Amino acid sequence: MPKKKVKKVVNKENIRHDGRKLSELRPIKLEVGILGNADGSAYIEQGKNKILAGVYGPKEVHPKHLALPDRSRLRCRYHMAPFSVQERKSPAPSRRDIELSKVIREAFEPSVFTEYYPKTSIDIFIEVLQADGGTRCASITAASLALADAGIPLRDLVSACAAGKVDGRIVLDLNDKEDKEGEADLPLAYMSNLNAITLLQMDGMLTSEEFEQAINLALEGCNQIYQLQKEALKAKYVEVKETMNEGADEQ
Amino acid sequence: MPVFYERRQLVTPGDLLADNNYLAGENTFKENGKIYATHTGLVNYENRNIYVMALRSFYAPLVGDTVIGKVVEVILSGWIIDVKAPYLAMLRASDVLERSFRPQIDDLPSMFDVGDIIIAKIVASDRTRGPLLTVREPGLGKITRGQITEITPTKIPRLIGKKGSMITTIKKEVGCQILVGQNGLVLVSGKSPKDERLAIMAIHKIEREAHTSGLTDRVAEMIKTEKHEKTEVRRKDAQEKSQKSG
Amino acid sequence: MTSPVVARMKQKRMADLISLGKRLDERGLTDYREAQIEIGVIEKAEGSARVRLGKTEVLVGIKIGLGEPFSDVPNQGVLTVNAELVPLASPTFEPGPPGEDAIELARVVDRGIRESKAIDLEKLCITPGKKVFIVFIDLYVLNYDGNLIDASALAALAALLNTKVFNYEVKEGEVQIKPGYKSLPIRNYPIAVTFAKINDKLVVDPCLEEEQVMETRLTMTIEKDEKVCALQKSGKGYFRIQQILEAAKIARQKAAELRKLVVKK
Repeated sequence: MPKKKVKKVVNKENIRHDGRKLSELRPIKLEVGILGNADGSAYIEQGKNKILAGVYGPKEVHPKHLALPDRSRLRCRYHMAPFSVQERKSPAPSRRDIELSKVIREAFEPSVFTEYYPKTSIDIFIEVLQADGGTRCASITAASLALADAGIPLRDLVSACAAGKVDGRIVLDLNDKEDKEGEADLPLAYMSNLNAITLLQMDGMLTSEEFEQAINLALEGCNQIYQLQKEALKAKYVEVKETMNEGADEQ
Repeated sequence: MPVFYERRQLVTPGDLLADNNYLAGENTFKENGKIYATHTGLVNYENRNIYVMALRSFYAPLVGDTVIGKVVEVILSGWIIDVKAPYLAMLRASDVLERSFRPQIDDLPSMFDVGDIIIAKIVASDRTRGPLLTVREPGLGKITRGQITEITPTKIPRLIGKKGSMITTIKKEVGCQILVGQNGLVLVSGKSPKDERLAIMAIHKIEREAHTSGLTDRVAEMIKTEKHEKTEVRRKDAQEKSQKSG
Repeated sequence: MTSPVVARMKQKRMADLISLGKRLDERGLTDYREAQIEIGVIEKAEGSARVRLGKTEVLVGIKIGLGEPFSDVPNQGVLTVNAELVPLASPTFEPGPPGEDAIELARVVDRGIRESKAIDLEKLCITPGKKVFIVFIDLYVLNYDGNLIDASALAALAALLNTKVFNYEVKEGEVQIKPGYKSLPIRNYPIAVTFAKINDKLVVDPCLEEEQVMETRLTMTIEKDEKVCALQKSGKGYFRIQQILEAAKIARQKAAELRKLVVKK
């Protein structure tokens, strides 16, 4: 078999195949409050990822025996649309979906004041419409905005971003190609103001130096995303602020 | 004693609002001596109290609030009422009967049945159980006519207006009754479904444009135009009919 | 799982002890419970091991099968890991399809083995794109007293190291089994090290009581050259970056200690 010429994902000048620098995020677009029925909702485009997040609650739990006596039960469903990837994905939840639903939910536990609403549930629904690597992080970024949009009290927004190793270099925000061909992927979720890491996973291989470097780079990415999230929340209300000030003058 | 935002500045959850020496008011929390916002909203201070006026929130029951709700279940000794809060509310049979409930003779569904809409007042509420309601005051009880519409609870003050100016304007201009539940449900009852639709239109205009100034005048204007157009159309129709028949 | 409410008394006592650097069972914060490993306990399985970590007990059985490779890696054998939290292991385990805890357990163990390239999957290819060996690793929890991940990962590695693959020959496109066995080609030894965060301190190898009061948990899998090959934060709380870097240091030491129990050179 003739050996295929391996095309590098990152070139000698440290430019990635999609033109990004090593520590550059993909373009991110965030929108808040875009679904009619959900109590809170948000939409994210990060590179080719297109993800919707909707939040319902706090509300009475069904089935009732799932109610927790001292706090609200957070529930999360991460789900990929069958057409979101190259080869059609079965709509039944895969083992990956179930694991991601769990770790995403746990990424929000430190953020939500669940103790304010015992015996209720807060349901987070995530629909990945198109996937191109890093969907769990983009989902968290969007779902955090949906929680804020629902008026649920939060300690901080949760921002998420992955770092990893591709062609021997530590890079930020891997897309699908980089994730598949790279040596390591380390998704991380972070509450910037409280300096708390709420999701951390990794697969691949990293030396201790690379590991530390990757974590720091991912945190940097989270901080950038945090600013975008704040802007997105404010964009929806910036008009409100201006006119309410006018209103105050009138009074 | 630093404060990081000016009055009426827009903040988002997690924003650091103030250092120690302040009290964490509504929609804020204190951790390690620092106060942060829990909601998107506008910051405000009152003396040492710092709080956020949330721009989006769900209804959190407060004792003394008048709310509108739907009977969703008749239980052994009362009714379960959905008041659009995180918890279902409860109305006890004894509250309606004004004496203790006797299961042998009292027929609860004949008083309120599943699907009935009631207007009630919250008499007790804490976070470990659902709010408790009463209908033992004038003006409370079952609602039998009119239409219900829903708006975001945070917009209720705007709907009522300064000293009730906004709500009075709608009532007067449309000529109908409006009852506002603090939970965001609003009952409109007028002489005709047309009037009710017009009032609901006005209410949603207020919800949409709650943050704009001069709203009361614009609402009055809108109602007038709508009414006028409709009477015009009706008059024209009537004229055409009479011409044809004539 | 058990009742989500933990007695405040217990929580406080454990937290107080841990802030003094002690634990209820008198271990140090970075001490493992005693680990016992038995291999070859199930004769009908191609590989097996039983690990006891304190009172936690996990049996791993490995079966080798034949099947088709994945289309994106046509020249590699297939690895699958499955976990069963069987009801006899704990009053809180219920029969039925694997829940999220079982799935997470299996996937974290899988990640360590896969990412460290512990099995030389290319050597398990029979006919590229058509026939390969499938390695089925089944994690069977027999008694639950905390830290299932480390016990399962350890048992899985021990079982892999004594797994035999039957000899075969390909005649006219058909795979025919021949007498005799070869060892499964193993080239790395991933070890999972799990930390619980209790009262803002890290303890390794949490027992059940500690898991019940912990704020959150972090599993780091370390391969033979001390690289990190898998991570999983699990549970409701959070970590600070300093804690994660500290955990990485401890994990390297602990992994080396545990590896000696399985890999006899």
